[in-house]
Amino acid sequence: MSNASTIEFSTAQGPAGSLTATFTGVLDADGAGRVWTRAVEAVRAGSGEVSLDVGGLSEIDGVGLGLLVALKAIQAEKGATLAIHGLPSALQTVIDRYDAAKLAELQKPRQQDRAGFVVRAGRFGWEVMRAAKGVISFVGECCIALVYAVLHPWSIRFKDLARQCELVGANGLGIIVLIGFLMGLILAFQTAITLIRFGAQAFVPNMLGLAMVREMGPLVTAILLAGRSGSAFAAEIGTMKVNDEINALVTMGLAPMRFLVTPKILAAMIMTPLLTLFFDLFSFVGGAVVMLSLDYPLESYAHRLFNNVSMTDFIGGLIKALVFSLLVAGVGCLQGLNTRNGAGAVGESTTAAVVGGIVLIAVADGLFAVIYYALGI
Amino acid sequence: MDSSNRTNGAQERPIIQVRDMTCAYGDFVVVRDVNFDVRRGEVFVVLGGSGCGKSTVLKHVIGLNQPVKGRVFLDGEDFTAASERERLRLIRRFGVMYQSGALFGSMTLLENVRLPLEEFTNLPQEAMDFVANMKLSLVGLEGAANRMPAELSGGMQKRAAIARAMALDPDILFLDEPSAGLDPVTSAGLDELILSLSRNMGITFVIVTHELPSIMAIADRIIMLDKDAKTIVAEGDPRELKEHSDNPVVRQFFNRQADRAA
Ligand SMILES: Nc1ncnc2c1ncn2[C@@H]1O[C@H](COP(=O)(O)OP(=O)(O)OP(=O)(O)O)[C@@H](O)[C@H]1O
Ligand SMILES: [Mg+2]
Repeated sequence: MSNASTIEFSTAQGPAGSLTATFTGVLDADGAGRVWTRAVEAVRAGSGEVSLDVGGLSEIDGVGLGLLVALKAIQAEKGATLAIHGLPSALQTVIDRYDAAKLAELQKPRQQDRAGFVVRAGRFGWEVMRAAKGVISFVGECCIALVYAVLHPWSIRFKDLARQCELVGANGLGIIVLIGFLMGLILAFQTAITLIRFGAQAFVPNMLGLAMVREMGPLVTAILLAGRSGSAFAAEIGTMKVNDEINALVTMGLAPMRFLVTPKILAAMIMTPLLTLFFDLFSFVGGAVVMLSLDYPLESYAHRLFNNVSMTDFIGGLIKALVFSLLVAGVGCLQGLNTRNGAGAVGESTTAAVVGGIVLIAVADGLFAVIYYALGI
Repeated sequence: MDSSNRTNGAQERPIIQVRDMTCAYGDFVVVRDVNFDVRRGEVFVVLGGSGCGKSTVLKHVIGLNQPVKGRVFLDGEDFTAASERERLRLIRRFGVMYQSGALFGSMTLLENVRLPLEEFTNLPQEAMDFVANMKLSLVGLEGAANRMPAELSGGMQKRAAIARAMALDPDILFLDEPSAGLDPVTSAGLDELILSLSRNMGITFVIVTHELPSIMAIADRIIMLDKDAKTIVAEGDPRELKEHSDNPVVRQFFNRQADRAA
């Protein structure tokens, strides 16, 4: 391969609109790139026969041959011919393999899909409807699978369930403990520096206990669950979908619901309340560190903290965690099963799983606030 | 006019030389001390039973995996010891079709074939589209240019992958089981295409395949690997080997006989 590749293209007008074109030099990908537009325009402008002399070429490769075919295609479109002179017969055979007319057809700009507003709105609405239908049928199937699992506990695949519990719970404990501790520390510190001005730092434990047990504990644990496990569920099931593994399950007579989704949702529902407990506990530890550093006795801290939290608050928080975990795991599995084709689609469904999970958590938290208020909890 | 490096000739230096190559995954040795040459412009076929290491040898020759021992020379240059820059330059000289197709799922067929053209040439848009369409038409996929890989049948994906491997007109094409999953008619068409590219453009082919009729039709030379011997058990012209090989494994392969039950 010569580096200093040169390529020359020249044309000469002949009688009756005919054109004689000459290539000299090296017509490789590089050379063809440089003369392509010029050659194509020159041939397109002509109206008659074109005679192409390539005898002066020292080298030609597939892209160069492509240019010759492209010129032939332009001529074919006009109903004229292109005579190529000086090409070795082996390469002429290669060129003759191509159907120039058909290639010219393909080169025409495609009819763009220019749908009007009404059509687009209709399509969008239809998509939303379809998605809603998908969600409803998934929720239905999920309920059936879960109720079935509760009624027939022996149908649960305990090995899968245990593995999922380990992935969701045990392996997630570290980050839950860390975030819990830091949240407790930060919240206690921020409230303490405000309350200390009124000499009211004694109320920090009251606030911390309620805030953590009722709100922050379930909420933050569920958000971490969405980031750690909701995404993992979607990616795992999505990859299986892309690789036809879901179809393989179905044709073996194994319902993906029972086989894949039930263990994941059950594992999330078992482990999330436990993780919430750890979160609460370590946030109290974080708060204690702050209060101890303010010379506040540990006994009064614990006393005030636990006195102010009733059993109802506690149970209410855990129920919230349970519901959040159902939503997060459900939306993760749903997005996984809805994955379309290709590696990119797995990424999309993972994102959708996390975003969907967090939005659902926020909405559900709002509903809980209203319900608990109405019930006077 | 034809470029000097595109002529057939047995007296020339082989385009690929493999010397004492040992391939292993961790401790698991797949083949040991293999030696073979691929001559310029020939159709070279790698044979052997399933799991004997054909894809592995291919991956080591194209530099995806480093051999634990031995060297691979591409056109006389040591590919195994090449610097990153040299490697990138050498890699442009060949195209690879993987056993599973490995089309990019987020791009249409046309975009798949265009990608190497976009990255490595300065062709205008129109030219890239044209060349990509040409490659697709070679494998009979001109009508499917704007479809996504996932919307294609397995055989169509195979053919599209071959078109993509050819995009930059490499000197050497490595095809891992190109005709698996194709019907006999398409498969014969593919054989014809390979022969035509090899004879007319001087492209060297290194092909892994099991299709006996196809081997007989296109192969200039073959090597046969064996799982138990962990090395090459036969080398040469397939038509001669079929008739005259004294190795029972080779005869069994060419005559399509099952292992006798013990
Ligand atoms: N990434 C890998 N890690 C470990 N072992 C591998 C890996 N890839 C392949 N192997 C092993 O190497 C051996 C050869 O595999 P290879 O894929 O090369 O076979 P093959 O000859 O191409 O078979 P087939 O005709 O079925 O495609 C097999 O025993 C396989 O288990
Ligand atoms: Mg293989």
